Amino acid sequence: MKGGPAQVDPVTHLAPIRAPGRAARLMAAGVPRRVDWVLLLAVAALSLLGTLLVWASTLGHVDQAEAATFVERHLINLGIGFVGCLLVASVDYRKPRAYAPIVFVVAAVGLALVLTPLGAVVNGSRSWIVIGGFQAQPGEVAKIGLILGVGMLLGEPRDGERAPTTRDVLASLVALAVPMGLILAQPDLGTAMVLGVIYLSMLTLSGAPVRWVIGLIGCGLLAAGSVWWFGLLKSYQLARFATFIDPAADPRGAGYNANQAIIAIGSGGLHGTGLFKGEQTSGRFVPEQHTDFIFTVAGEELGFIGGVLIIGLLGAVIWRVLRIAARCEQPYGRLVCVGVAAWLTFQSFINIGMTLGIMPITGLPLPFVSYGGTAAIAQLVAVGLVLGIHARDRGFE
Amino acid sequence: MRPFRRASSRRRSATLPDRATAPARRGAPGTIGLVIAQVLIVAMLVVLAGRLWYLQVPMASYYQQAAEENRTQDLMVPATRGQILDAAGRPLVRNNTELVVSADFHALAQQEDGGAGVLTRLAEVLDTDYKELRGRTRLCGPTVSRPCWPGSPYQPITLAEDVEPKVALQIMERQEEFPGISAQQHAQREYPGGKAAAQVLGYLQPVTQDELEKRHKLRTQFSGVDQVGRDGLEAVYDQRLRGEAGLRKLAVDSKGNVTGMVKETAPEPGQHLVTGMDAKVQKITEEALAEGLDKARAEGKPADSGASVVLDVRTGRVVAMASVPTYDPKVWEGGIDQKTYNDLLSKDAGQPLTSRAVQGEFPPASTFKVSTLSAAVENGSSRDGIYNCPSSVMVGNRSFENYEGGAHGSISLRKAIEVSCNTVFYQLAYDMWKQDGGMKPKNPKDSMSRMAKGYGFGAPTGIDLPHESAGRIPSREWKKDYWETTREANCKLAKGGRGEGGAQDGYLLQVAKEQCKDGWVYRAGDAANFAIGQGDVLVTPLQLARAYAAIANGGTLYEPRVAKAFVSADGKTVDPVEPVKAGKLPISDETLKYLQTALRDVPKSGTARGAFTDFPLDQVPIAGKTGSASSNGKESSAWFASYAPADDPQFAVVALLSQSGTGGTNAAPVVRKIYDGIYGFAPKTDDAEGAKGAKPKKGKTEPAMPDGAPPKELPAVKPDGSVDLPEGFRP
Repeated sequence: MKGGPAQVDPVTHLAPIRAPGRAARLMAAGVPRRVDWVLLLAVAALSLLGTLLVWASTLGHVDQAEAATFVERHLINLGIGFVGCLLVASVDYRKPRAYAPIVFVVAAVGLALVLTPLGAVVNGSRSWIVIGGFQAQPGEVAKIGLILGVGMLLGEPRDGERAPTTRDVLASLVALAVPMGLILAQPDLGTAMVLGVIYLSMLTLSGAPVRWVIGLIGCGLLAAGSVWWFGLLKSYQLARFATFIDPAADPRGAGYNANQAIIAIGSGGLHGTGLFKGEQTSGRFVPEQHTDFIFTVAGEELGFIGGVLIIGLLGAVIWRVLRIAARCEQPYGRLVCVGVAAWLTFQSFINIGMTLGIMPITGLPLPFVSYGGTAAIAQLVAVGLVLGIHARDRGFE
Repeated sequence: MRPFRRASSRRRSATLPDRATAPARRGAPGTIGLVIAQVLIVAMLVVLAGRLWYLQVPMASYYQQAAEENRTQDLMVPATRGQILDAAGRPLVRNNTELVVSADFHALAQQEDGGAGVLTRLAEVLDTDYKELRGRTRLCGPTVSRPCWPGSPYQPITLAEDVEPKVALQIMERQEEFPGISAQQHAQREYPGGKAAAQVLGYLQPVTQDELEKRHKLRTQFSGVDQVGRDGLEAVYDQRLRGEAGLRKLAVDSKGNVTGMVKETAPEPGQHLVTGMDAKVQKITEEALAEGLDKARAEGKPADSGASVVLDVRTGRVVAMASVPTYDPKVWEGGIDQKTYNDLLSKDAGQPLTSRAVQGEFPPASTFKVSTLSAAVENGSSRDGIYNCPSSVMVGNRSFENYEGGAHGSISLRKAIEVSCNTVFYQLAYDMWKQDGGMKPKNPKDSMSRMAKGYGFGAPTGIDLPHESAGRIPSREWKKDYWETTREANCKLAKGGRGEGGAQDGYLLQVAKEQCKDGWVYRAGDAANFAIGQGDVLVTPLQLARAYAAIANGGTLYEPRVAKAFVSADGKTVDPVEPVKAGKLPISDETLKYLQTALRDVPKSGTARGAFTDFPLDQVPIAGKTGSASSNGKESSAWFASYAPADDPQFAVVALLSQSGTGGTNAAPVVRKIYDGIYGFAPKTDDAEGAKGAKPKKGKTEPAMPDGAPPKELPAVKPDGSVDLPEGFRP
């Protein structure tokens, strides 16, 4: 595969995705040297599975017309996401880098707007902006903005430098602090944690002095400790942690989600009940099943085999992203890949872990699988970034 | 699929050479970091897959069951409890549906105000007060007294019964005002006979949490409103009467909305219990006993309690059984309130829940002489001999007197029964005691206590009713045991003399002294007292009735049975309860015939003649024996034990009137009234009916039992629960 991108006609392969003509033109214009088909197909497979699972999760809805719109909207989101993915992949990856400050500012403004009356509260956190029936999560944009921004600040050593300097690190910290602060103000602990993990991973692998990494982790732990100590967590957050420690404590209350998720997954067994045949799913026992708890649908209806397939596909995606990072000669490209990998890894682990009862419940969607507009698009665009880096990781002839 | 296969095969080796070496080749920083990151990621994915494996493979069945419980709700459908019928098919206990308002314990508890608002509104609708309703919703416990809920918190708590349909409708239609409250049809036990045979029938009470837990396996058989038999027939035959509850497995969604029915098992209604009882004879018996006690009370006697038993001597079945004091079983309906419950258990009420007939132990007095006579004759005393009946005899060093000091000269044993001569029996007992070795017994035969046991005294009869007493036949061993347990108290009394803490009475002091020193010795006096059913001898009215039934039927002791048959709810299957023979009287046919003849003299010319003067003994000859049990310082208790017709016995009737006088004057008339009723000899009056202005009619009442015998056929129960009475029997 690796050696034969020329044998593959990208046009036919990408036919199902919208505007194939345009995509083909762009691909031709950007001269993709190579396409990482493993990565692209794994992402496509996850998206397809996700669509089926979203569909399955809505079968129990009383209003079937309303349920159908979920699948419809999900497909539209995926369409936009894949177009974005291919657009970003086909352009010279240094171009988005150039736009990084713009993405960063847009995200920051969006996050600030969330705190204004334009913001909407969903599940206890103010993470959404609603404009004319269209809603978006600026937090997802911020993840890309952070990756691009930090990549730029830490991934472009000046001549003679082998690693980011203290000034670079300080600058990157500011780039982290702005979105982080705004997200914590929402408050959206989950997204803030994702940003923190992305940043730490990028910082660690940027070659920055280890003392910075250790120091920051220490600061993070200290901050977490003081948040706990001074009772700054919201009661629902505390309850989630309490039920994480003992899910059986309050099965009808805070522990309900965790409990029902495990029951749905456990009852699937090795083979699952079959797609669209899950009784826990159709009975709607697991709340938020099409978004954060989508993995429970897979667990019940597709069983262990389906669950492991999803975990495996996610593993494949992360592996390919890291592989591209390792092969990229440019520190910037490498760091961006690392950021994307950290994002996907952290979110996958936390999301699946919480449905399996080994992680506390946080409102983080499962990459490529969960229903969700901004998140799905942002993740696909991030994959586009990685694909673009891969296409040109041998430098620019 | 090729890329995936490659992907997984690659991932198995955590450090791929190209990845580990390539960046290093380029001298880029963070290479080791990438390797560590990969190891971390693989570890995370393995953790997820491992956890997924654990949940879905070894634990799958557990979670499948949890899921099943999640999406289904079990709803018990109680089975209709079987009726309890008399031998002719008249209902003694039947079911009656009524509207019941009940509360869901958990639903109330979950309300912000703990249900206060709901109960306040409900109290208004039900026209009762809030405190009462609140009380009823509490669970009974050591510190929570009635009104409270004795059942499980998972059952609907009954708040009001027999509610007007209008009120029930109001509650059901305004559910938003009454969350956690429901009104439903509920089958209730109904007692057409009122107080009749209350202790025999028993009662139902809601099953308790304890019982539910103990009967874990039976749990599925209990519905939310389940009641369990607590006494009498309801308890003994609880399982057969209860049937098996049905189960509806309903599919529900996450909000508890019912989405369909998964499985339905229809309830299996309980069997009807056909007893050998006769509702009419029961009523007559209760009335006769109550009248007898009233009369005794009018004479100034305490007449604190009484019992009467009618047995079918040919089968050992119970035809009627009455116990006073009694109560109306209606009090149990729907959770008894504290006051009623306290009253029921109070000393003043005289323990109306206790059946005197089965649980009461009384000295049998002279009715016991049949056993003594049998013992003496079987031991070799001449049946046809002549015995002296002085007014008193010396037994050992003490003088024993005849009742009221009468003397009858030289008489036969037959005459001794007829006139109930104590001194004849004292002497017989003394002789047997001396034969056994007196104060220094040598291989004693203990003829009297063995004979008493042969008559079925001193052990439960095995009747199908709970808590039966054994009575007491004081043997030598018993005396020794008793002495050991009471010695200390007796010695203290004896030591104290007449002073403080000692016996105040000269007689009692003497007794205490003897008891302290050698109370274990079976003395001549003990034998004498035993002979006339006094002293330490105790029997239950049921035991005595059974003994006389055995004399009547030729010597067969039956295990008395109330139950006659079980009939399935649709009336199609009949499972008869056959009479059980427990033994044979250990006497010869000649002795039995002699006894039968002697007992026939008692109502004719003996101690019971006063009660039977105008009774048509030529039509229905009666055989019987009076008894007047005296107790130190108390009014004597009256007994009459009998059977009839003496020439072809059918019924044995026993009456006991505690502290009510003598057998002849106070007990025999009660038994006579029962015979009057059975055979229709009572003069017809309107008193009992309380008819308005109806003229007294001439002639006799209708016999309670046509042909003076229980129905031969079992009643035919129809599928709807109604019964066709046999020919000649009236409702």
